[in-house]
Amino acid sequence: MSKLVLRNVSRTFGDFTAVDNFNLELVAGELVSLLGPSGCGKTTTLRMIAGFMTPTAGTIELDGQVISSPASSLPPEKRQMSMIFQSYAIWPNMTVAENVGFGLKIRNIKADEIRRRVGEILEVVQMGNLRDRYPAELSGGQQQRVALARSIVVKPSVLLLDEPLSNLDANLREEMRFEIRRLHDEFKITMVYVTHDQAEAMVTSDRIAVMNKGRLEQIDAPYALYGRPKTRFVAGFIGRTNFIEGKSSGDEVHFGGFSVSKQSLQTEAPLPQDVLVSIRPQSIHLLKQNPGVNSAACCVQGSVQRRAYLGEYWDYHVTVPGIEQALRVTARPQDVFEVNEPVWIEIDTTQLTVIE
Amino acid sequence: MRSPRVTASPFSFGQWWRHLDKSAWVWLLAIGLLLFLVVNPLLRLLVVSFQQPDGAFTLSNYFVAYGRARYVEALLNSLILGVSAASLCLVFGVPLAWALSRTDMPAKGLIWVAILGTFIIPPYLGAVGWILLAGPNAGWLNQLVVELTGMEKGPFNIYSMPGLIFVIACYSFPYVFVFTKSALDLVSSEMEDAANILGAGSLRTSLSITLPLVLPAILGAFILVFLEAIALFGSPALLALPGRFHVVTTQLWQFFEYPPRVGVAAAYAMPLLGITVLLFWLQRRITSRKGYAVLSGKGGERRLIPLGRWKWPMLGYCLGVCTLSFFMPMVVICQAALAKAWGRGFTLDNLTLNNLYFTMFENNLTRNATLNTFMYAGAASIIAIALALCVAYIVNRQLVGKHVGGLLSFLTMAPFVIPGIVLAIGFYAAYTNPPLLLYGTAWILILAFATRFLPIAYVNCSSAIRSINPELEDAVRILGGTRFTAIRSVVMPLLKRSLAGAFILVFIPATRELSTAIFLYSINTQVLSVLLFDKSDEGNFEMLAAIGLILVFITVVFILIGFRLMGRDFMLRRAPT
Repeated sequence: MSKLVLRNVSRTFGDFTAVDNFNLELVAGELVSLLGPSGCGKTTTLRMIAGFMTPTAGTIELDGQVISSPASSLPPEKRQMSMIFQSYAIWPNMTVAENVGFGLKIRNIKADEIRRRVGEILEVVQMGNLRDRYPAELSGGQQQRVALARSIVVKPSVLLLDEPLSNLDANLREEMRFEIRRLHDEFKITMVYVTHDQAEAMVTSDRIAVMNKGRLEQIDAPYALYGRPKTRFVAGFIGRTNFIEGKSSGDEVHFGGFSVSKQSLQTEAPLPQDVLVSIRPQSIHLLKQNPGVNSAACCVQGSVQRRAYLGEYWDYHVTVPGIEQALRVTARPQDVFEVNEPVWIEIDTTQLTVIE
Repeated sequence: MRSPRVTASPFSFGQWWRHLDKSAWVWLLAIGLLLFLVVNPLLRLLVVSFQQPDGAFTLSNYFVAYGRARYVEALLNSLILGVSAASLCLVFGVPLAWALSRTDMPAKGLIWVAILGTFIIPPYLGAVGWILLAGPNAGWLNQLVVELTGMEKGPFNIYSMPGLIFVIACYSFPYVFVFTKSALDLVSSEMEDAANILGAGSLRTSLSITLPLVLPAILGAFILVFLEAIALFGSPALLALPGRFHVVTTQLWQFFEYPPRVGVAAAYAMPLLGITVLLFWLQRRITSRKGYAVLSGKGGERRLIPLGRWKWPMLGYCLGVCTLSFFMPMVVICQAALAKAWGRGFTLDNLTLNNLYFTMFENNLTRNATLNTFMYAGAASIIAIALALCVAYIVNRQLVGKHVGGLLSFLTMAPFVIPGIVLAIGFYAAYTNPPLLLYGTAWILILAFATRFLPIAYVNCSSAIRSINPELEDAVRILGGTRFTAIRSVVMPLLKRSLAGAFILVFIPATRELSTAIFLYSINTQVLSVLLFDKSDEGNFEMLAAIGLILVFITVVFILIGFRLMGRDFMLRRAPT
C-alpha cells in the first residue's frame, strides 16, 4: 500500500497558484525528491504534507487516512512526521542531547530510555562526544547532524527535508548527501526531499519529481530522468542539453544536416509533423576526419564557433549548417580543436530523446 | 507508534475538533482586551462629548468648550507653545547631534551622559528645578543678578510663556538629538568627500550636503516634539497656572475640577486628538519617504570632521545646552532635597538627609505613593507586555487573516497617537459608571498606564519575535509539540532577555507618568508623580525635590539593569516606529 498519497493537490495564494493539481504517491521506505527552481511550489508542497499549510484543493493521505483537505487539516503535531529545515532549526536554548531528546520527551518516553536512544542516534551521526554542547558552539555541519538525529530518533512515519544542505559549503554538502542516503538505507524511512540542486537529488533519491510553476513535469528514477527527459523543461533543468528541431516525413525525421528513422527515436505515440529532440553534449563527438558510415551515429560537418577549457573537459560550441542553434559538445581534454576549424560531428542517435 | 486516525469524511465534527488549532481562544482574548483598553475609552470619549449628564444627545458641550475667549485662547497658547518649543529644540538638539556624530569634538562622553541625564529627568521635575533657578524673586539666578548688578529685582520669571517654552524645550530636545544623530550616523563620508573634491569647504559641505540629507529626520523630530509639548501636563501645570495663563492641558484639567464636566472636557480634547493623529501620520510620511536612499543603506566609510580651533566653541555650546537642561537644575534639586531650607544656600550646616528619610519612611502619604508607583508601574508593564507579545506573535506568525492582523496591530499602536491626558479622559468616561466601575481603584491607573505604553511594548515585542526564525517553532510542532509547547519551550526562553528589556522600557515611563494619572487617581491610589504635583502649591520645595530624586533614582537603577541586558544604546536608540 502507498504510504503517502497526494491527490490533485492545489494551493493558491490569492490569484497566484503555487501548486497546481499535483499528484504523488510514495511507497513505504521510498525517498522521493521534489526538484525545481525556486518558486516552483516544492516547499509549499512539503509544508502541506507537514500540515503547516492547508491545500485549497485535493487531499493528502497518510496510510490511507485523509490528513489534509481543504475543509480541515490535521495539525502538524499529530502527524507523527518529522522535518529537517533549511535553517536546521536547532533550538539554541537546549543542548545537543536536549534537542535530540525533545521529540521523545513529547511522546512521554521515560528519561533513561530517552538517554539510551539519544546516545545511540548520536553515535550513528558521529556526534556522541558533543552531546552536552550548545548549538552556538557547533559548526554548520554538526548542527545539520543534530537536526538529522533529532528527526530520525522519533522514528517518524515520514521524514520531510526542506533544502537541508543549502546552507553548507560545497565539500560538506557532498559528504552530507551520502550521509542522508546512508541514514535512509539504515532506517528505511519514507522521505520527501525538497531541493533545487539536481546533483543532490540524483545522489539521494529513489525517484525525482521535477516541478515547474506549481506543476509536476516528470517523475522518474534519476537515470531515466536524465536519459529520457519528457519535457523541454526537464531536459533543460537536469543537466545541459541541445535541442534540435526536425520535420517528419515518411519513415524518417529530417534534422538540418542529418536524418534518422522514426523507429530509432523509440516513441510510443505517433510523431507529429514538427519534432523536437534533445541530445546531451556528451552524446556528440567531434572528429578531425569523416569516420565513414556508422549504423548508430549520424555524421555532419560543422565548425567550432567558440570553446572553453574547464580542466576536466572541453566545452565546444559547434555550428552546423541547417541547425539554427550552435551545438554544445563536451570533449576529453586531449581532443583539441581550434576555433573556426572545420570538424566532423558524430551524433549518437540512440541518445536522441523526443520532447513532448 | 500511535497512528493518526482520521475519517475521510470532510464534515465530521470529530475530525473538525481534532484538526482545530485550540489556541484560537487566546487570540480572541487579546482582541477582547484591546477593545476594552483602546476602543471603548475612545468611543466613550466621542460619545460623552455629545451627551448631557442624563445621557441625552446635545451639542452644548462643544458650545461651552469653544464658546469662551479664554478657552480658545488656551488652544492658541498650546499652538504657540508647541511651535516655539519645537523650534528651540532644534536649536539645542541639531548642533549637539552633529557635533557628537560627525566631528572630533572632545569630551563627547560627558555630553552623552548629560543628554542621557536630561532624558532621565521627568519634565515636571525639570520644571521644579527651573522654579528654584528662575522663580521671580527667590530664584538662584535672579538672586545672582541682583547680587552682581545691584538691580532691585531679578530679570527672570519662569512663570511665563517664554519660561514654559524654555523649560519644555530643555526636556524635549533629546528627541531631536536622537533622531538627528541616528540619521547623521548613516551619512557616509564619501558623500561629503564628493562635495569637498569639488571645492566646497567643511562648513559649506555640512550645510549644503549633510543637512539636506538628514532634513527628513529633523522634520520628523520637530513634529514629535511639537506633539510632546502640546500634550504635556506637568510643566504647564507647574508654570502656567501660577503665571495665570492656560494651555489646552491645564484647561482640560480645570474642566475636571469639582464637579467634573466630562462632556465638555471630551469636546475640548478633540482638537488635541485630531492634530496629534494628523501630525503623526505626516511625520511617518516624511521619515519613511523614499528618495533619500543614502539613509536606508549601509553607512559606508565614515571619518570625523576635524574642527580645528572651532573645537572649543563647539564644546562650549554643547556644555551650555547641557548646563541649562541638566547640570544646573540637578544641582539645585539635589541642594533642595538635601537642605533644611533651600533658600539658606549651599552651606554644610544646611545639609540634611531628613527630607529623603521623611519622604521614604516617615510620611505615610509619600511612602504609600512610592509603593503604589512601583506596583502600578510593574503591573502595567506586565499587562502591556503580555498583551503586546500576544498580538505581536499573532500578527508576525500570521495566525489570523491579513486584515484582522492589520487591525490588531493598528489597535495596539493606536495609543501612540493618543495624548495621555486624552486617554485619561476616555478612561474616565468609560469606567466611572457601573457596570464597569473602575474609577477609584488601582486598576484604572494600572490599565491606563498599560494602554498608554502598549505601543512601546509592542514595538519591542514585535522586533523580538521577528528575530526568532519560525522554523524553530515548526520543528517543535512537527515533532509532536503543540503551539503552546513551542512557545513555552522555545520562544519564551529565547525572548527572556528582550522581554526584560521591554519591561524596563515600559516601567520607566510608567513610574513617572503624570498626565494620565492626574485624572484617574483617588486619595488611596496616589503615585509619586501626582504627589509631586499636589505638593507644588504648598511651596515645600525640599519635599518636592526629595520625591523627584527618588523618581530619578528608580529610573537610574532600572536603566543600569537595562544597560546590562541590552547594551549602552538601548534608551537613546531611535524606536522603529
